[in-house]
Amino acid sequence: MSDNNEIQPVEAEGRSPLTLINVREGLFGAKGDTSGFDGLVKPVQMPGASERPYGEWFDGVVDVLEELLGDKAAEAIEYVVVARGELTLYIARDHLYEVAQHLRDDQDLRFEMCLGVSGVHYPADKGRELHAVYPMQSITHNRRLRVEVAVDDNDPHIPSLCAIYPMNNWHERETWDFFGIIFDGHPSLARIEMPDDWVGHPQRKDYPLGGIPIEYKGAEVPSPGERRQYR
Amino acid sequence: MNNPTAQATGSFVEDADVPEYNVYGADWSETVEEAMRLGQQRIVMNMGPQHPSTHGVLRVMLEIEGETVTEARAGIGYLHTGIEKNMEYRTWTQGVTFCTRMDYVASMTQELAYCLGIEKLLGITDDIPERASILRVLMAELTRIGSHLVAVGTGGNELGATTIMTTAFIGREETFKVIEMITGLRTNNNYIRPGGVSQGLPEGGIEALRAMVPEVKLRLDELSALQMENPILKGRLKNVAKVDLPAATALGITGPILRATGLPYDLRKAEPYCGYETYDFQVPTSTDSDAWARMVLRMEECYESLKIVEQCIDRLEKLGDGPVMVADKKIAWPAQLSIGSDGQGNSPEHIRHIMGESMEALIHHFKLVTEGFDVPAGQVYQAIEGPKGLLGVHLVSDGGAKPWRAHFRDPGFNNLQALSIMCEGGQVADVVVAIASIDMVLGGVDR
Repeated sequence: MSDNNEIQPVEAEGRSPLTLINVREGLFGAKGDTSGFDGLVKPVQMPGASERPYGEWFDGVVDVLEELLGDKAAEAIEYVVVARGELTLYIARDHLYEVAQHLRDDQDLRFEMCLGVSGVHYPADKGRELHAVYPMQSITHNRRLRVEVAVDDNDPHIPSLCAIYPMNNWHERETWDFFGIIFDGHPSLARIEMPDDWVGHPQRKDYPLGGIPIEYKGAEVPSPGERRQYR
Repeated sequence: MNNPTAQATGSFVEDADVPEYNVYGADWSETVEEAMRLGQQRIVMNMGPQHPSTHGVLRVMLEIEGETVTEARAGIGYLHTGIEKNMEYRTWTQGVTFCTRMDYVASMTQELAYCLGIEKLLGITDDIPERASILRVLMAELTRIGSHLVAVGTGGNELGATTIMTTAFIGREETFKVIEMITGLRTNNNYIRPGGVSQGLPEGGIEALRAMVPEVKLRLDELSALQMENPILKGRLKNVAKVDLPAATALGITGPILRATGLPYDLRKAEPYCGYETYDFQVPTSTDSDAWARMVLRMEECYESLKIVEQCIDRLEKLGDGPVMVADKKIAWPAQLSIGSDGQGNSPEHIRHIMGESMEALIHHFKLVTEGFDVPAGQVYQAIEGPKGLLGVHLVSDGGAKPWRAHFRDPGFNNLQALSIMCEGGQVADVVVAIASIDMVLGGVDR
């Protein structure tokens, strides 16, 4: 299925619009295997930027947001993706706070709830390795959209949305804990799931799964993260 | 007195001036006397993480003056098991086995949200057989009843009303009997799978379901009679742990706590999935915003869920036997289970087919079970109405046979943030009521 999964990139003006999810090498994760597939290199990308009309209520929401942002709109909204019936707005982090404020307060937008922030690590997406994904829920209009912010691994700072969405307090702590994204302005950005003195951010892709090899007489089964497996 | 002292953030600092007491139940009065002797007005108390009233391993840090709580902070993470990380190393189908163990009181809720998410990624949402959707609704509602009964039952038990707990657990056991008959397990069912459900109704399933409904109703009636006019329960729950609508919205609270503030927000109505729009049921609300209202709403929701269960039974009876998985053989799990002499086993017909009749079927079975199916690259967000509130799943696929990222927004994780505003300014004894009325399960909170 993934072989036919060719994504046609749509170049949004001057930007490289695609998130490179992963570059898959080989078929089993072992070098020099007998399958002959170990030299396979396959870049996998996210669905590309969409062009208007986006359909459903999506155009209206983007229009209102662009109007509210004024001159800053082109800079703030990196690109818009409509895929699988869901709207994703890629927002530049410098403008995230303002965008969130508009999303919550404008009567035509009214996304009263932010359903947290989910971190995603894309090590292959150079310069945009860490993504913070905010699902926004509007109870008034019964709509949901996704705001996504991508930052560099070497500069993992994103403004905290706690002042706008107080419910994001623990969610941002969790994303800091698991991915190392620093939410500037958070009232108390402490680890939440891992112990306070834990080293590293476990949900990052460069952090191993852990586990110990299982020993049998004369053989050893590696821990799940290190086994040969389909990819 | 050189021990580290707990701070509100959960970190430890060395403070030689702060005396430390360890209380193990019975010697509480001695501790109070000791504190009085030392002239300490302000006491920082650590409740949990191993405390029977904290629904798992929740740690609550309380700053108290006399019996009044001046500051309350919840510390979580004691049950973090890295389920989301583990799911990245298993196939999409195996992920069900993991996510069912998050909120273990409402197992199939996570399964449902996760599978609906995968189906959205695959673009097969409309191909799910009607029978499978009905079974999913049936299981989601039975799970809701079980979860609410645990919430109400343990909430009563923590106040000393053991009968409320035993009655609730008997009612829940009635749902478990049927769930076990259909899925093979009481909890952590691994029943709802990408593309459908693992198996259809067994022989006598309809009759067992029909027999269950009055049994559960009986326990619900009994429980209502025990609770609704109980002066002690009223005294303990009414006007306690209040959270009004603005506060609930600011804290992103969903589920019965939000509906107890007067907002009839239920995703089964607002954003129907699995054909919920075709079922006849009400969304009970209240405007009292207190622990009592939440308890009453949970009881009323159980009755509404039973109404949906009855409609499911009628529909299943009318539909009869048939497929409970998508027709696409590249996604549908190849094997069906059947009851063998040892109680469980693979279906003999299927074994005969792959071992004796068709080499291609064997290869197909092997590939699908070991490798799994590929899911096109992209991301989705799927939200459903769990018993405790909005359960959201964020799934990212890199086009392979395993999730690139699976994130669960457990409603308990979010709702537990309200503990501070529920407790501060109230009595220490009401902290227990507040925790019970939030109804989180730490397995889901910590994942």
